[in-house]
Formats: sequence, structure tokens, C-alpha cells
Amino acid sequence: MRSIPAVSDLTAESLADFLRALPGVDAVGLEARAADLGTRSIKTSSKAWAIDTIIKLIDLTTLEGADTPGKVRTLVAKALVPDAGDLSTPTVAAVCVYGDMVATAVEALGDMHGDPDQGKVSVAAVATAFPSGRSSLAIKIADTQEAVAAGADEIDMVIDRGAFLSGDWWTVFQQIVAVKEACRRADGTHAHLKVILETGELVTYDNVRKASWLAMLAGGDFIKTSTGKVAPAATLPVTLLMLEAVRDWYAATGQRIGVKPAGGIKTTKDAIKYLVVVAETVGEEWLVPHLFRFGASSLLNDVLLQRQKLASGHYSSADYVTLD
Amino acid sequence: MSFMDYAPAPESTGILNLNEHYGLFINGKFVAGRGENFTSISPATEAPIATFSTTTEADVDVAVRAARSAYDSVWSKMSGADRGKYLFRIARLIQERSRELAVAETLDNGKPIKETRDVDIPLVAAWFFYYAGWADKLDFAGLGANPKSLGVAAQVIPWNFPLLMLAWKIAPALAAGNTVVLKPAETTPLTAMLFAEICQQADLPAGVVNIITGAGETGKSLVNHTDINKIAFTGSTAVGREIARAVAGTNTKLTLELGGKGANIVFDDAALDQAVEGIVSGIFFNQGHVCCAGSRLLVQENIHDEVMDRLKTRLSTLRLGDPLDKNTDIGAINSREQLDRITALAAQGESEGGERWSPVCDIPAKGFWFAPTVFTGVSPSNTIAREEIFGPVLSVMTFRTPAEAITKANNTPYGLSAGIWSEKGSRVLAVADKLRAGVIWANTFNKFDPASPFGGYKESGYGREGGLSGLAAYLEGGAA
Repeated sequence: MRSIPAVSDLTAESLADFLRALPGVDAVGLEARAADLGTRSIKTSSKAWAIDTIIKLIDLTTLEGADTPGKVRTLVAKALVPDAGDLSTPTVAAVCVYGDMVATAVEALGDMHGDPDQGKVSVAAVATAFPSGRSSLAIKIADTQEAVAAGADEIDMVIDRGAFLSGDWWTVFQQIVAVKEACRRADGTHAHLKVILETGELVTYDNVRKASWLAMLAGGDFIKTSTGKVAPAATLPVTLLMLEAVRDWYAATGQRIGVKPAGGIKTTKDAIKYLVVVAETVGEEWLVPHLFRFGASSLLNDVLLQRQKLASGHYSSADYVTLD
Repeated sequence: MSFMDYAPAPESTGILNLNEHYGLFINGKFVAGRGENFTSISPATEAPIATFSTTTEADVDVAVRAARSAYDSVWSKMSGADRGKYLFRIARLIQERSRELAVAETLDNGKPIKETRDVDIPLVAAWFFYYAGWADKLDFAGLGANPKSLGVAAQVIPWNFPLLMLAWKIAPALAAGNTVVLKPAETTPLTAMLFAEICQQADLPAGVVNIITGAGETGKSLVNHTDINKIAFTGSTAVGREIARAVAGTNTKLTLELGGKGANIVFDDAALDQAVEGIVSGIFFNQGHVCCAGSRLLVQENIHDEVMDRLKTRLSTLRLGDPLDKNTDIGAINSREQLDRITALAAQGESEGGERWSPVCDIPAKGFWFAPTVFTGVSPSNTIAREEIFGPVLSVMTFRTPAEAITKANNTPYGLSAGIWSEKGSRVLAVADKLRAGVIWANTFNKFDPASPFGGYKESGYGREGGLSGLAAYLEGGAA
């Protein structure tokens, strides 16, 4: 497999050389592979496992200008008890909010605030002038530091797509490095960094592959498709491509990087296709909260309806799940 | 539990309404054959499906007479527009019965349901739709005004794509105004008989399509019949040679689509993940029972190890097993005879020094199965680099320069297909220009379209099927 340059030795030139040397992506072939995986038929016991796994991997999200403390508290309540009619329903992985709502979310979670791999619920905050990323590095760093100080466990940062598209990959790289540093807490631990590529603005698969490697080289713990504010958001081919990058990174370094498709995944059927793509590309050991997430808001309710159907044998109306 | 041990998702066979026995389809009716009955089994379970009649020489004569009479009295006189209506009707009936046809094909052939459902049957319908559209436009076939059909066509097809090969033969023949007598392979006669039912459903005039079952002897009687104007054969090069010898000096036109040993060439500037997918679909699609399979992988030496790593990782996710399960990627080998041949050739590959590798996979106790197999370190002189294996066995060789890749790719008595993987457009075109193969895929493999001609160079046969060329092959003045 490909050898990875030592990050400390990287320069603008060597980074560019490395990214340019990555093999190209054939769009037709990539989409055909994603479509083929999408035809897997997941039934009975596999479906039941998939449904609970999807819930455990959801970053339940509200990212609106109209968000209020009340709205965030209802989101947290839903995260903790997704289906009051069936208390065996697992909790979601995290709630994802704007930085100024972190303290509210942390307080609302109380004792349940913690590591989703331990069955608790994390708080993820979008930062770095989300969603556009159009501000100075100093503001991006401050934005990140504030969210971490307020108790965010995870930071969802956006890359500077303008810099990326203009060919200034070095600036993008340095900003990720700087934000990663800003994720550091006083005790030396650091909040998990998810790097949003905003693939809908990078447009080409070749760009997505380059940006994925760039984000991993710069220290991202996760690579994430989208903000959810730009169409298209997550797609199956884009996620497959990012998983291939993660797979190759693991082969080269032994380090597992997470992947988060976000935006546009609304149905259980679609979410199961993502699980299949993960399992058959990087392996099912990736289907855990610290390595795979769904960024979604409406997905949870569709999954809950499917879960009720598996238990009762019939479909309930949408009124049998709570709006939030 | 392991998520990737997906729970069984079998397609139900409840949709099938099969007879215990199928006779011959002659002159619009199912009639008893004079030969002994034979049984078609499911290669995945060895369970019998139905019995079929063996067609004797006397039965062949009845079938050819029926086709001749339908040609003289009905089909050659009918307007192209009306012939087209029948073909469109057949195409729609195929779509309506697609699930049933997919299940039947999978049961009889052993190939995965996802292939019959997503590839075989949709292409069958596409072929009939495509040629239905030509039926009233023969003036534009490039052969002058009002080109004449040939007469009665004898068509013999193989077992690897039973219904699709039937479509490749019957659709253009009927569109051009010919009538046909078709013999499916003896291990896969089922869907041809369901097609006969569709002809009845479509009210196709009696005798326009006749389907006779049996083994090699029946095929021999058919192609040697004296009242045949055209022979179209898809199958082995040995039988193709025999047919060519038999028709030499006669007026019978001949199209042969024979074996292949396709080269799949991967350059170091290829999109590697997609190239790996192309290698997989090139040789493991339909268990490698594909005449145009990319059975020789030519990979540039400087990326050989990386490509092999990626390929082996990918092959470890292939799912071999019940062909009716919707998640099965690799189905059963069609017959014990073919399994024996693959087994023997693979053993020879090993004894000649090839390094053999297969992913770990459970082989079912019953039925005919062969794990996906990759041979590395193969020399061009090895048997497995020369002979068509017609199974899921890939022979990997390396090259250093484009010129060497071209020389190695062309160094075969066959010339049916080739694939080129490179992100550099000028390289793809330059290499394609020098490959002697009838079908060349760039950055894809094993893709078929009714508008695209298909056929071979050298011992892969002559004549083209598909597209305008495939139509002209059934018209006076057309090639072959």
C-alpha cells in the first residue's frame, strides 16, 4: 500500500505532490459499485440488528437559526429516550448543535453525558464559522475553543472550500491542524475532530478523495461529507469513496479514522445501504460510534417506525413517534 | 452475530408455474419429441426441474418445414410494421414476466438471482425492443431499398446466458423477416420453453419461432439440414469449426460466436479501486462462464502488488452460495462436466507453476461449485494463460510498457474482448486501436447494449450480433 509522508515534514509542495499522486476516481465505476452494494437485501435478524445499530450511530442534529434552549432540551430528551413506548430502544450516539447551545445540551444530558461507546450520549458542536467557513483562522479557533470549554466532546469543523478549490491545499491543511490543536483540553485530552469536506461544493470525486486524505493527514479523527446546508449532501458513492480513503489510510498506518455521512439520509432503507457499504468496504468493526455516524434529524423517526413494525408486525402511523 | 452474514434473503420460487415435462415447440404448439426424455437439473442442488424431449433428425425436419412454411406463407409477406408489433408485444411480455423468468433462469443455470434480475432479463427485453424498432426501418439498414430476409435460420445457443442468447438470435432474425428453429443448450432449456409460451401469448404466427431441445446430436442435425439459409451458432470453437467445415461451399450464411481469452489491461495511471471492480466483474461475473470474460489480467508491473492486495481484499467479500439468495455474488457452476474441466485446468495451472489463491469460502455440500480463484506468477506460455477455462479463474501476468501490453494481449488465437484501464484518454484510444479484439471496453467490463455490435476476431468467430451489423447478418447483402 501507499506510504504516508511524515506529517511533521510536510510542506506546501510535498503535500501537493502527495495529493496529486493519488489514483484517480472513475465516476461511473464508483457509482456502479455503490448502486450494486445498494441492492443487498437485509432481512429478519440482520434487519433488526441494523435498525438498532443505526440508532446507536445517529448524531441527532438541530442546526437552525431558530434553535432555542427549549428546542435543544427536547432534542436531548429524544436522544435519551427515542421511543417512550419501547424502553429497550438504544440511545443515539450524540446530539449535534451550534456552539452556543453546548452548555444547554450538556446540562440537559446530566449523568447520561459521555462516551457513546459506553452507552452514553456525546455532545457534538459545529464550529469554525459553520456552515460556510468564511472567517479568519483566529475566529475559527476561538469558536472551537469556546465549544470545547463549554463541554463539547466532538467538534464538527468545516474546511475552507474556497482555499481548497483555488489550489491552496496548504492553507486548508494548516487550518485543520490549528483547529485540532484548539480541540485540546487542559488535561491534555482533546475533543474528537470531525472534518466536514462539504462534498457538494467540492463537486468532483477526485476532489473528495484529495480532501479526504488531506483531512486525515492533518489529524482529523473523522471525515464528514456535508454540513447539510448544501445540496447534494451525503450520497452513497461519496461515502463509499471516503470509506475507501479510510481503508487505505488504515492499511498504511494502522490507524482507524471515522466517517460521517450527513444530510439527506432520511429512511431506514437508505441508512441500511450505508451500513452495507461500510461493512463491505472497511469491515463491520467500523460500525461503532467512534468510527461511524449518521448526521441526521428526521432519520431517527423512520427507524423507530421500522423498529415498531418488527416488534408488532404492522406499520404504525407517523403519529406513533414523537416529532422531537 | 456478524452483520455481514446477512440473514437469508431467498427469492421465492412460488412465482413459477412449471410443467413436469416440456415437449418441442413446433408450429406454435408443444409436441412430443421422438427421442428419449432428458432431465434438466438445478446445478446448485442437483434437484430435477423438469424433463424435456430429445429432438431426432425426423423431428428437426418437421421443425424446419414448419419454419419454411411460416416464412413462405406469413412472415416474409408481412409488413415490417406488423412484424414490429409482434416483437414489441414479446418485449413487453418479457418485462411483465421478468421476475418469473429471472427465477427460472437462476434455477436452471445456477447464476445468481441478482444477475438474472438486474442483467440477463432486462437485456433480453432491451434486445427485443431494440430490434422491434428496426422491423419497419430495414430500408435504412444501409443495404439499399427493401432488403430481403434470408429465409429459415438455424440457431444454436449456449448455456451461459440461456435466454439472453436466445434474444440475441431470435430478435434480429424476426425483425429482418426470417423464421427460426432454435436449439437451447441441453443443460439450460427451461427459459427457452417459457419463451415459447410467451410466443403463444403474443399470438405470434405458428412456425415463426420453433424451439427444439436436445444435445449435440440434435444441434448437428439442425445445422446439417439442407433447407436452412442461415446458421447462427454461439459456443465452443471446436464445434464452430465443425459447422464452418459443414457449410463450406454451400449458400448457407454463417455467424459464429466462439471462445475467448480476453485481456484486461490495467495501467499504472488507472483509477485503481474501479479497476479492481472491473477485474472482478470481468472474470467473476456469471462464474466466469462468459465467452468475453477478462480471464487474462495484464497489470503493469510497478502496481502489481498493490492491485493484487486490493483485489484479494475485495474478493474476500464475495458471497458464494444459493443462487436464489438476493445477496449471492457467485452462484453454481452450470454442470458437473464444466466443473470437472475447470478443476482440471486449475490443477494444471498449479502444476505449471502458477501461484493459486482463493478467498476463504464455504462450498455447499450439494451441487457444482468452484471458489473464485486467482493465479499469480502466470507465464504467457502456461496452459491457463492460453486456454479458455470458462470458469471463475483469473490468470495474472505483468507488462512493463504499453507496447508490451498490446503484444501480450494480442498473443492469443482468440480475439473476442479486451479491457483497458487508464485515466489517460489518449492512452486508452492508442491502445484500443492496436488491440485485435471485437469488443474493447475502456474503464469498464462486461457491459452489453443491443445497439452495440458484438463478435470476435480470429478463432473467436466471425459475423457480428447486436446493433445494425447484427441486423444485417439476417439480410441479403449483409456481411456473413
